[in-house]
Amino acid sequence: MNYLMRRLAAFPLVLLGVSILVFVAIRMVPGDSITAMLGTEAGLLTPAQRDSLAAYFGIDQPWFVQYWRWISGILHGNLGISVTYGRPVLDVILERFPLTLELAVLSMIIALIVGLPAGIFAATHNEKPSDLGVRVVAMIGQSTPSFVLGLLIIYTLSAGFGVLPAMGEFAPLWQDPLRNLGQLILPAITLGFAFAASVTRISRSAMLDVLSDDYVRTARSKGAPARSVIWRHALPNALIPVVTLSGIEFGYLLGGAVIVEQIYALPGLGRMVLDAILQRDYALVQGSVLFIALNFMIVNLLVDLAYVALDPRIRLGEQ
Amino acid sequence: MIHLTRKLLSGITLAAMLGITTVSTQAATLHMAWSQDATGLDPHKQTAFSSLRLLELIYEPLVRVDASLQIIPAIATSWEFSKDGKELTFRLDPKAKFQDGTAVTSADVKASFERILDEKTGAAARANFLSIASIDTPDAATVVFHLSQPDVPILTAMSDVNAAIVPASEIKAGSIGTKAVGSGPFKLDKWDPNAKEVLSANKDWAGGATGVDGIEISVLPDEAAILAAMRTKQIDFALLNDPLVATLVPKEASLQLNRVPVLSYHVLQLNPSRKPMTELKVRQAIPCAIDRQEVLDTASLGEGKVTGPLTIPALATDPSQLFCYKRDVEKAKKLMAEAGFADGFSATVIGATGEPPTAAAEAQVIQSQLAEIGVKLDIKMMELNVYVDAWLKGDFDMAIALNGGRADPYTMYNRYWTKAGNLQKVANYIDDTLDSLMQKGRAETDPAKRKVIFAEFEKHLAEVSPWIWLYTSYSYTAQQKNIAGFVPTPTGTLFSLSKVTIQQ
Repeated sequence: MNYLMRRLAAFPLVLLGVSILVFVAIRMVPGDSITAMLGTEAGLLTPAQRDSLAAYFGIDQPWFVQYWRWISGILHGNLGISVTYGRPVLDVILERFPLTLELAVLSMIIALIVGLPAGIFAATHNEKPSDLGVRVVAMIGQSTPSFVLGLLIIYTLSAGFGVLPAMGEFAPLWQDPLRNLGQLILPAITLGFAFAASVTRISRSAMLDVLSDDYVRTARSKGAPARSVIWRHALPNALIPVVTLSGIEFGYLLGGAVIVEQIYALPGLGRMVLDAILQRDYALVQGSVLFIALNFMIVNLLVDLAYVALDPRIRLGEQ
Repeated sequence: MIHLTRKLLSGITLAAMLGITTVSTQAATLHMAWSQDATGLDPHKQTAFSSLRLLELIYEPLVRVDASLQIIPAIATSWEFSKDGKELTFRLDPKAKFQDGTAVTSADVKASFERILDEKTGAAARANFLSIASIDTPDAATVVFHLSQPDVPILTAMSDVNAAIVPASEIKAGSIGTKAVGSGPFKLDKWDPNAKEVLSANKDWAGGATGVDGIEISVLPDEAAILAAMRTKQIDFALLNDPLVATLVPKEASLQLNRVPVLSYHVLQLNPSRKPMTELKVRQAIPCAIDRQEVLDTASLGEGKVTGPLTIPALATDPSQLFCYKRDVEKAKKLMAEAGFADGFSATVIGATGEPPTAAAEAQVIQSQLAEIGVKLDIKMMELNVYVDAWLKGDFDMAIALNGGRADPYTMYNRYWTKAGNLQKVANYIDDTLDSLMQKGRAETDPAKRKVIFAEFEKHLAEVSPWIWLYTSYSYTAQQKNIAGFVPTPTGTLFSLSKVTIQQ
């Protein structure tokens, strides 16, 4: 409990650090909201016009004033207003987040359903042709960029079969679950493929380690059935690195899968952040990076807590 | 046959699994897609290509240009310059109404132009209207612009959606940009930035009934995905940027590609304020060493046309008549030697990633061509905003650019090649001849005489070579073959979507 409290107490500090980093980083990139809106036509503006637009975008004040305004807004639960959407940043983020979360969960389910059994299978068939086969597929999975796989799927479906999930208008899960699943399953497969490949590789090597441990040999010599040795004795211990990997991957996915969202035209967090950066929507970039950082921290905490559940020997926070 | 049936069955099964249908087109709504969305709704402030394309369906200027770049009526039914060219009078269409039901009057026109001219608005197009001294409204249907000097190009500038007429009441309420109330063929019902726009027909439009009940625009960032969505008939009409995707469209039996040469131009900008580009002969050696057709063929699959500085068909000179439009490496080497750079020099060329999609390829072809005369180019590709920032500061040796064109050469080039031009710092080149030809062209009302003036301007510009004009590309739209009535134009406008129909 103490450990949990201490971890939670560190959250504001980390978020403060992230807020400074993102605030500085986005302002260090040349170009501003005015050039993002007007492009080269910005050169036609008179200094007075420029000042007036800078005031409109909220970039007319010195950086420390801008930062103070932003931070004090956050303390009052206000992440600022997005100039692109003309709405509060938090509203825009919360509107996009369910899709990103759903996509992350779906790809993780695919990755675990495919990757874990494949890894265990490969480990139990170590150095046999079937192990080699699994490893080759996993290698291909890890090295295929998601845009290649995504475009390949889209091309094959549209050119070969004349079908494609409805693009452009996304149906949220609670409005039309079937259509929603139809729209998300291909992106989830695209993302889950590489994810599954990593899970396969890591669960295979973890399983191989565990299978050579004394306690597994003991279990076998006591006559425990092979299936029980693998699933009851070996697997829980082999799961720890898998949980670590999945946690990190899941944390990344919660930040949005930019490329897959671009290809499948999904209005998720990744695409929103990318557009916000390109359009120099400072408030939106800052707000969403903070939000993503918070998610990442929560996932990390959950992963650490999961260790305890998996291995009772681990006592978090104790020296 | 068995193979076909199987393929069909698996397709249907897959479609059922994905919860989708193969044909989803509704009769009266046009489903459209583009890869880049509008960036805002204020017609006076937006300059991005997609923003203009969206806004010109909602708002109307006083006049428009047609496919041959001739001025035609929009809100104004007629217009007239006074003899001294210093007074421009418009008669407004009495049927013109804003989408909130109120009539478009001369007071709205006056208020709109005053808003553009007000520095607080931040309208980039203000630079085109600085000759407006005052605006009179003798009656509700007549507007008189008093100009401080003869300004013929102002009429063309008024055809742009950046000079759209907005309701005076909305200006007063400060709601321009948050609410879109125009007098155009469509009303904006919904805008979800970077995702979707929903437009419905404006039943009160003075231009008559629209051909469709509405337009739904989806933002599909990947153009290969747009093509896939068109194959499955989810999308009826799309705007395409990438020539690589556009050239695939004719391979699909149900699709049609519309392409038309545009006014914007691909150019290699030199910076004549940096050594050794300060030397005329060095600048002249560069176009002599470049094979423009090869740049076009390699970077853009030959999709375009080699051009001189003027891209307006009625005014353009045959490029082969201009300085060094035929590659002549020997001449280039000779010029370099005469300038004292027989061994060449090193320079950096900047380009924006993906804007245009061909930028990197253009830079690479030019790099290899210039290597033949000893010019070593270092290519630096940048994110668009970073590029724009460097470009506006004139902070580059050379730049690969895709610059916008206008229907009038004065509006198109006064920013770069007049002494008071706003982008003079980008061009970094002052030339008395160019300046005086621009001023003459601005005041001349006789089209034949204007043509002569601008031909001389073009010839001189190519000769002094501050920039090397490469080619104009096409604007591409793709459509299902059952869509009728779309007219592509060199300005890239999608205004003719107002009369497009969907055949059953």
